[in-house]
Amino acid sequence: MDFVRNFPFMSIILSLFSGPLTSILNGKWAKRLNTLVIGTVGIMSSFVLAYTLKTKQAFVYIMGHFPAPWGNEIRVGILEAFMAVFFCIIMMLCMMGGIAEREAEIEESKQNLYYIMVNLLLCSLLALIYTNDLFTAYVFVEINTISACGLIMIRQNGRNIEAATRYMIMSLLGSGLLLLGICFLYDLTGQLLMSNIKEAVQLLAASGQYHVPLILALGLMSVGLAIKSALYPFHAWLPDAYGYSTLSSAAILSSLVSKGYIFLLVKIFYRVIGFSVVCESRVINILFVFGILGMLMGSVSAIKEKDIRRMIAFSSVAQIGYIYMGFGLGTEVAVRASVYHILSHAATKALLFVAASGLSDSSGGSRHYRDFTGAGYRNKLAGVAFTVGSLSMVGIPMFSGFISKLLFAQAAMGHDRKMLPTLIALAISTVLNAVYFMKTVIRIYTPVPESAAIVSQRPTVECRRVNWKEQPAKSVSLVFFILLNLLLGLNSEPLLHLIEAGLGMFE
Amino acid sequence: MNFSNLLNNFPEAVAMILFGIGFSNLLLQKNLIKKIIGLNIMDTATYLFLALKGYIMNRKAPVVVDGVQNVEAYVNPIPSGLVLTGIVVSVSVTALMLSLTIRLYRRYHTLDLDEISTLLKKEGK
Repeated sequence: MDFVRNFPFMSIILSLFSGPLTSILNGKWAKRLNTLVIGTVGIMSSFVLAYTLKTKQAFVYIMGHFPAPWGNEIRVGILEAFMAVFFCIIMMLCMMGGIAEREAEIEESKQNLYYIMVNLLLCSLLALIYTNDLFTAYVFVEINTISACGLIMIRQNGRNIEAATRYMIMSLLGSGLLLLGICFLYDLTGQLLMSNIKEAVQLLAASGQYHVPLILALGLMSVGLAIKSALYPFHAWLPDAYGYSTLSSAAILSSLVSKGYIFLLVKIFYRVIGFSVVCESRVINILFVFGILGMLMGSVSAIKEKDIRRMIAFSSVAQIGYIYMGFGLGTEVAVRASVYHILSHAATKALLFVAASGLSDSSGGSRHYRDFTGAGYRNKLAGVAFTVGSLSMVGIPMFSGFISKLLFAQAAMGHDRKMLPTLIALAISTVLNAVYFMKTVIRIYTPVPESAAIVSQRPTVECRRVNWKEQPAKSVSLVFFILLNLLLGLNSEPLLHLIEAGLGMFE
Repeated sequence: MNFSNLLNNFPEAVAMILFGIGFSNLLLQKNLIKKIIGLNIMDTATYLFLALKGYIMNRKAPVVVDGVQNVEAYVNPIPSGLVLTGIVVSVSVTALMLSLTIRLYRRYHTLDLDEISTLLKKEGK
C-alpha cells in the first residue's frame, strides 16, 4: 500500500514526459496518448486520495533522498489529492467536449502541438497542487503560463495572437511580483521548503521582527497570484482570451488555469505564512475590496456583452471575485467556502462554455446572443445543460452555485465589519447574474415565429436541429458535467467535511 | 526620516528601483519591444536582489579548487542556483513574447498594442 506514495511524483513525471513524446506523434495518436495520460493520472490520484483518506494524515515524498532543508519535497494531504482527481475529471470532460471544434479550428499539422500544451498544463497543475517547495512552485507557475498561452494562440487569427500577448503581459507582471515576494521570504527565513519557511515565519511573527518585509512579501505574492488569476482590475485580457480561443482551451483556461494559481495562494496562506498571520495583516482587506468590486463589475460587463462566449468569460471575473472575497473575510469557514467555490465554478463554467458552443452549433455557428432564439429547442441537450449552468451560477438550490453562495453568506455572518458589505454584494451580484443568465435562458427557449425570421433585417442565421448523436463526445461530456454539478449541489456535506479535513492537514 | 538604513542597503534599493522601472515599462509602454525590455529589466532586478542577498563580504564563490572545505570560506550557493533557474525561465518567456511580437508585426505592421486592438475592432471579427 505504501507504493501509492510514489503516485503523485509519478503522475507529474508521466504528464511532463508525455508532452515531448506527443510532439513526434500525429494528431490522432497524440489525442489518444493525451486521453490515456489524463485518465491514468486521474486513476493514480484517486488511489492517492483513497490512501490519504485511510491514513488520515498527510505524507511527504522526498525527492532524491536529500532530507528536509536541502532536498525538494512533495507533500500530499486529502485536499491536494482530491484537487488532483477533480482537475483530471474536469480536464478530461473539457477535452471531450471540444473535440469537434479542435479538429475544425486547428490546422491538421498542428493538432499534436495542442496536446503537448495540454500535457504540460496538466503537469504544471499537478506540481502546483503537490509541491512543498516555493521556488518549484514559481517555476511551475511559469510553465503553466506558457502552456496556457500556447492553448490560446493555437488558433491562428489576429484576435487570438493579440489575446495571447495581452495574457502573457499580465501574467508576467504577476509572476514578477510573485518571484520578488518569494525572494523576500527567502531572505527573511533562509528556507525554500514551505514547512521550514512556516516555522521561521512563526518565530518572526511572534517576536515582531521584520514585520514590514514579512507583510510586504505576503502582499507581493497575493497580488502577483491575484493578477495571474484575473482578479478585477487585472481582467482586461480575459474576455478576449476566453472568447476567441478554441472551445477546450476556453473551458480549461477558465476552470483550471486560474484555479491552479488560487490553490497555490491557499497553500501560501496556510502552509507558508500561517493563516493567523495572514488574517492579522491588512493584505486580506485589499483582496476583500477587489473581490467585491470584481463580483459587481464583472457582472455589469457581462450584461453589456452581446457575444455569448465573452459574456460567460466576464461572468468568470465575477466568480473569481467571489473566491477572493472569501479569502478577504479571513476566517476558516470563509476559506472553506472559497475552496468549495473553486470546485463549483470549475464544474459550472466549463459546462457553460461547452453548452454555449452546442447552442451555437444549432444556430449556424453564430455566437451573437440575438441569433440564439429558440436554440434550446433545436439542440435539446445543450439547452438543458446551459439552463443547469445558468441556474447554478445564479444560485438556485439543488445546483452547486447555491451551496457556495450559502457558505459565503454563512461565513460573513457575525463578522463585525465585513458582514454587511458581503451580504449586500452577494445580493446585488445574484440579481446581476440572474439578469444576464436568465435573459439568455429565456432567449434560447423563445420559439422562433416563422414569419419573424423572414421579416427581420438581419440576414437570418442558418438554423438547424442538432441531435445528441451528432457529436457523441460533446453530449457525453455535457451529461457528465450536469451530473457533476448536481452531485456538487446535492451532496455537498461529505465534500465540505473533506475540504475541512484537507485544510486542517495544511497546518 | 532616517536615511542611514537606505545608505547601508543601497544595492538592494537600486535593485528595487530597477524592478519598479521594469515593472512600469512592462505595464505602461505601448510598444511591444519596449515592454519586453521592461520585462527583462524587471527579471534582472530580481536576480540582482537575490545575488546581493546570497553574497557575503570577503568570501569566495562556492567552488572547491584549493582544497579549502570550510563552509566559512564560501558564499551561499543557493541564491546563485535560484538565479540560474530564474534566467532559464525568463529566457523562455522572452522568446515566447518575441515570437508573439513577430506574429503580430507580420500581420498588422505595427508594434503598438493599442493600435492593433483598434485594427482588430475595425476588422470586426
